[in-house]
Amino acid sequence: MEMSLPFSRPWPAGKTAVAELKDRPESSFPLARRYADKMIAHAREEAPNECCGILAGPANEGRVEKLYHGINAEKSPVRYNIDPQQLLSIHEETEAKGWAILGIYHSHTHTEAFPSATDVRLAFWPDSTYLIISLKEQGEPVIRAFSIRDGRIEEKQVVIGE
Amino acid sequence: MAVEVRLPMILQKVAGGAKTVKVEGKSIHEVFDNLEKNHHGFASRLFDNEGNLNHFIMVYVNNEDIRLQRGMQTELKDGDVITLLPAMAGGEDCCR
Repeated sequence: MEMSLPFSRPWPAGKTAVAELKDRPESSFPLARRYADKMIAHAREEAPNECCGILAGPANEGRVEKLYHGINAEKSPVRYNIDPQQLLSIHEETEAKGWAILGIYHSHTHTEAFPSATDVRLAFWPDSTYLIISLKEQGEPVIRAFSIRDGRIEEKQVVIGE
Repeated sequence: MAVEVRLPMILQKVAGGAKTVKVEGKSIHEVFDNLEKNHHGFASRLFDNEGNLNHFIMVYVNNEDIRLQRGMQTELKDGDVITLLPAMAGGEDCCR
């Protein structure tokens, strides 16, 4: 089924992800469709609680190679907190591979895909992109991406590729 | 007795950009005291106004969460590795 992802646009055909990345403005976040699908499925599985997870890949390429389903230690419809022991394991694995934590995702089950005051206050990973999946409109999940640094929010274009 | 402290990005600037620092100390408490002495600015980031370890800073000794051990009193051995990681947390605020 074709998934509707507002605020995203398809990658041009016939170009590699890496080559495309260089052509794009810095304020974009390339995301293969399979990962977008997994994030939305994860959000739906965890609803009404929030889901959370990590997108990691080679630091120098900015290409997502792996999606980690996070364990939400809060098990809450309004809060997420990736289980501390799992967070350490994922961090160690990505360090060992020479990867960066490119994205941190979570769901908003009843509100827009925009950082809340809590999201901004607890944004301790300024070099990672924060992705939010909104299930506010059940039939039309939305994924948006943001840089959150020093309390400032800057939206990035989610660029869906294959 | 020295241990290695691995710093997350948001704390590296306090240590002049270093990813890891060597610090003396027989407990987490001593190590954090010495971190502040060596690199002023750590304490305000690690502790809240009441002097308690910030809830959103994770501290691991050899990959074990200190909150599951003796917290700030967790004892250390020469060569132990302390990893500091900020929480990945947040959530929607709103009313339904």
